Amino acid sequence: MEDLTDVYNELIMEHSMNSYNKKKLENADYSEIGHNPNCGDEITLEIKMNGDIIEDMAFTGHGCAISQASTSIMIDTLKGKTINEAKEIIKIFIDMIKRETTSEDDLKKLEDAIAFKNVSNMPARVKCALLAWHTIEGILNKEN
Amino acid sequence: MNVEEIRKDFPIFENRKIAYLDNGATTQKPVQVINSMKEFYEKYNANPHRGAYTLSLEATEIYENARKKVASFINAKHAEEIIFSKNATESLNLIAYSYGMENLKKDDEVVISIMEHHSNLVPWQKITKVTGSKLKYMYINDEFEIPDEEIENKITSKTKIVGITHVSNSLGTINDVKKIIKCAHKVGAIVIVDASQSIPHMKIDVQQLDADFLVFSGHKMLSPLGIGVLYGKKSLLEKMTPFLMGGDMIEYVYEQDTTFAPLPNKFEAGTQNVEGAYGLDVAIDYIQKIGYDKIQEIESEVVSYARDELSKLEFLDLYLTPNKENHSSVISFNIKGVHPHDVASILDTEGVCVRSGNHCTQPLMRFLKIDSTCRASFYFYNTKEDVDRLVKALNKAYNMFKKYINK
Repeated sequence: MEDLTDVYNELIMEHSMNSYNKKKLENADYSEIGHNPNCGDEITLEIKMNGDIIEDMAFTGHGCAISQASTSIMIDTLKGKTINEAKEIIKIFIDMIKRETTSEDDLKKLEDAIAFKNVSNMPARVKCALLAWHTIEGILNKEN
Repeated sequence: MNVEEIRKDFPIFENRKIAYLDNGATTQKPVQVINSMKEFYEKYNANPHRGAYTLSLEATEIYENARKKVASFINAKHAEEIIFSKNATESLNLIAYSYGMENLKKDDEVVISIMEHHSNLVPWQKITKVTGSKLKYMYINDEFEIPDEEIENKITSKTKIVGITHVSNSLGTINDVKKIIKCAHKVGAIVIVDASQSIPHMKIDVQQLDADFLVFSGHKMLSPLGIGVLYGKKSLLEKMTPFLMGGDMIEYVYEQDTTFAPLPNKFEAGTQNVEGAYGLDVAIDYIQKIGYDKIQEIESEVVSYARDELSKLEFLDLYLTPNKENHSSVISFNIKGVHPHDVASILDTEGVCVRSGNHCTQPLMRFLKIDSTCRASFYFYNTKEDVDRLVKALNKAYNMFKKYINK
């Protein structure tokens, strides 16, 4: 990798170490644990729905900077979205990390989550970046 | 031989300008071992134990010579006390199933240490559950060592099997296996020694230890992947039933019944890893050529230096016994407030290879109230420059993270 700060950038560092999304949610509709047993990363993702819209989300847990920041930024990105919008964004994010999409129009939909683009250059850390996204994917698939 | 000469035997250091500090996971291979693989396939490849033709007999001879080499290397009384396996994990499973399953009864106890690798832990959970016996742990003190009284208290008349790692793969602590074996034998229990992390670094004498079983993996001591060793006392192995069944391990096979081959073939079903055994044979030659005295001399200098240098870094937590004489070649650490995976990724960009994670010792991590660590593990080809690179990379990682830590 060319430059570490491509991955460990200001936004990711801030979210990983001092996330305002790291808290318990009252009256959550969903609470799901996501974990990577090999790393020991573990998050609990809580979601409050309002009809079709993801009204609020928060997480607790522990793990590396990438997994924690990815969870926090995902929450910022998906809050206020409908289930279908969220699903589309989740797919774009996963494709980006797996280097399966480069469409600029698609990537714009990721908002801040585009900060993880360069994780695709660190194969050992891909699963860290995807942990929260796979977890919410599981929840939303249940919702439908 | 000095370290510079030794390093010339390891082609990977020509090809990769890395500080390789993951020897606890697997070691690099000297050119002699690499060449032996090629030599085997170019000159000796045939299925051993089968053909009546010269080539097959020679392949058999290579395989059996490797067994004799291992036997003399660990001072086993008989060559047939050496069983080849895939790795230490397979050796431990063989003991668990063929000895544990048959000999444990309800309310018997199996005693292991909290620092066991999952391979000497998970099989015992299964076997104790099936047999109704109990699994008990010897815990460590704040110096990361098992205190004598813990050994004496946990090994009781109920104990039938004791499993102990000679050197902890997560902490580098050298356990007093001799004392543990004495305690166990006093109450009639047998002892399984996991020598995976010790035999690359120190002389093992199974008779002097009076170990009942001892296992290790070849690839952690210069050999190819996929060859492991189980040593067992002949009297025990003879009474045990086979673990894997199939070709080569039988005597007579009838439609409904089979009689089994004598040791060691009884425990070696199917075509064996002759190439691996040959590589292990050559690796033992290499270790003996350098000599354990020299290996210890080089390692103690480098590890001592690493202990000193890492201790100076105030941003580190070290999980390390203060007693140097009880410490081998593994150092676990964390940058306070930074996850070890992030540290390992940053170290990687500086060409420093360390392992990060729970090192297959989740119960130990839980006992220490941590999730995981970074682990630097050394071998006799490592240098003080490797340590300097590690320290420099750690400073870099700390500097990247420090303004975000505990804000």
